[in-house]
Amino acid sequence: MLLALFHILIFPGMLFLGAYALVFSFIDRKLYARLQNRRGPRWYQPLADFLKLLGKETIIPEHADKRVFVFLPVMALAAVTAAYLYIPIWSSTSLYPFEGDLIVLLYLLTLPTLCFFLAGWYSTSVYATIGAVRALTQLFSYEVPLFMALLAPALLADSWSLSGMTAYYSTHPLYLLINIPAFLVAVIACQGKLERVPFDLPEAETELAGGTFVEYSGRLYAIFRMAIDCELVVVASLISAVFLPFYPAGAWAGFGVYILKTLVILFILALLRSIMARVRIEQMVAFCWKYLTPLALIQIIANLLLKGVLA
Amino acid sequence: MSKITIPIGPQHPSLKEPGCFTITLEGEKVVNAVVGVGYNHRGLEKACEARTYIQDLYIIERVCGICSHTHSTAFCQAVEELAGVEIPRRAAYIRVIMAELERMHSHLLWLGVAAHEIGFDTLFMYSWRDREKVLDILAELGGNRVNYGINTLGGVRRDLEPQMADEIRAMLDIVEEQNKYYIQLALSETTLAARLSGIGKLSHEDALRLGAVGPVSRASNVDTDIRVIDKYAAYDEVPVTAITDDHCDVFGRAVVRVLEIMESIKMIRWSLDNLPDGELTAKMPRRIPEGEVFSRTEAPRGEDTHYVRANGTDKPDRVRVRAASEANWHSVKHMLEGDYLADVPIIIAAIDPCYSCTDRSIVLRSAAGERVWDWAALRRYGIEHYKKQGFDASKIKIAERKIIR
Repeated sequence: MLLALFHILIFPGMLFLGAYALVFSFIDRKLYARLQNRRGPRWYQPLADFLKLLGKETIIPEHADKRVFVFLPVMALAAVTAAYLYIPIWSSTSLYPFEGDLIVLLYLLTLPTLCFFLAGWYSTSVYATIGAVRALTQLFSYEVPLFMALLAPALLADSWSLSGMTAYYSTHPLYLLINIPAFLVAVIACQGKLERVPFDLPEAETELAGGTFVEYSGRLYAIFRMAIDCELVVVASLISAVFLPFYPAGAWAGFGVYILKTLVILFILALLRSIMARVRIEQMVAFCWKYLTPLALIQIIANLLLKGVLA
Repeated sequence: MSKITIPIGPQHPSLKEPGCFTITLEGEKVVNAVVGVGYNHRGLEKACEARTYIQDLYIIERVCGICSHTHSTAFCQAVEELAGVEIPRRAAYIRVIMAELERMHSHLLWLGVAAHEIGFDTLFMYSWRDREKVLDILAELGGNRVNYGINTLGGVRRDLEPQMADEIRAMLDIVEEQNKYYIQLALSETTLAARLSGIGKLSHEDALRLGAVGPVSRASNVDTDIRVIDKYAAYDEVPVTAITDDHCDVFGRAVVRVLEIMESIKMIRWSLDNLPDGELTAKMPRRIPEGEVFSRTEAPRGEDTHYVRANGTDKPDRVRVRAASEANWHSVKHMLEGDYLADVPIIIAAIDPCYSCTDRSIVLRSAAGERVWDWAALRRYGIEHYKKQGFDASKIKIAERKIIR
């Protein structure tokens, strides 16, 4: 009981995830700045931003539903933190593995997006409402290719749990090369999940003045920002767990490799963010359904055929 | 889907100055757009009437922060023509060099703003980094990054040293190299092309009908470069090629601007090589003889016109400034309608709008119809308006306006 509480609250739960999210956010911002020929922030900038937001006045719109308005950021952060417990970090199994944890993970990762939508919807501001509608439209576009891309390796491994997949791929490491198209699809689609350029339409500062979060301020907004930063860590960890399941023996070595893998994923995400312009919502939908989904579908078919051949 | 109306402005992250665009949306499509400007009326023209010509120069220079040189050039030209003074050739060349440097920095600024509007911050950072190089040169030439104060009535205030010319040449090499990359980027980058082409359509006929000027009209294949059609300063000797494009959309406007930077680089190089020797200023009379003059220059944003009426004293009787954006506002409504909300900021940005430069006359609409107020009525209205807010301005004395006809 005490150990479980330690896992949930301190490591690898809230405290570690929060700290790592701030580090991640710093590295992301620094990389982005260096790619743009800027100097970038100092290492403590994300923490300073977070603390400053915590100290600011929280304003709740008069027409907003107060309880829902307060509940949504907490819900988003809770969902992300819960998801992190099911991702293997220092060894090939997560803390609480079970058959089907991959599905639960994907479900938990969808919750923040729904929270963003509801947050925008309950803010009753035109900017937030349009941002909310965009968030939902986007959800239906990237979620399908993202799910298919993450489930394709699972199909080949014949296991719906991350531990099972890791066990399979550690005995057949060459099969990982087959999953490269799915990896590409997942990396691009998760830009949509994380609402980053080119798919940062729900926030779109220059069009919607911040979109879904336009009415959020102070502590509630700080929690939302924290949830977004944590989501970046969780998604990067998930992609590295599915597509790069390498775990050397020993907890410390495993942990080091985990950090390295997630940083590689982060570098790819930062690179994608800095070389592209924001697309329009209909371009985003068309891109996801015309290119990403068929590519993910081809991957699934290829994996099914390969499975048949192997059997 | 029901229609919703969202205001973009007067305060909005995508607007650099106050302006209000009331956008009516059906889904994400714009069905109606109302352009509202006038939040930053500064009474520039009125202020000019109360000051001497040389004092006016400093007001006129501050009409616009970005195209300050072109405004003061237009004003100086008008006054010089009224006085019958011909400026020295060297001064005319220095005016051209400044004008083209200003065009370079303005277009690089636009490129950055446009990139930011479509969420492409990397290009924004790159182009502004290169703009700094141009600004450094401008600061060395004129003493300021903007508002260089190089123009004076009858010529220019500062000379261009040969060593300075070498510095400019070195800067031009760097910016040219970078700009070639931006041209390649503008023409080949897919997300950029996807975001810019086909939006903010303004056909050749519409550009003529709505009186668009500058890069906006040139992107619709209307050849309206004042440097070519009404040569001023040293543009009669400096080889100028007007850049036109037939895309008729935001993409075309971007192409025109990046190609114009290349043209400017060429022109500055040519002017530096052929800079004539001689005086910097011609003698100007203090009192300007009676008369009226209409002068125009090609600002980075388009045609810039100044009207000056003199009454024989050392103060002008009337100064009218029409900044380029004022001519382009009319086409914005036309360009916005039928496009997506996501494209609204970039379409507005594509005319490179200057809000404060354009805010001028006041027309009050009442139920009885339209009425233009004269100066006295306007002042009475102002006093009453502020009285309601607890501020009494009736004690402030201002000079009576003398109209000489």
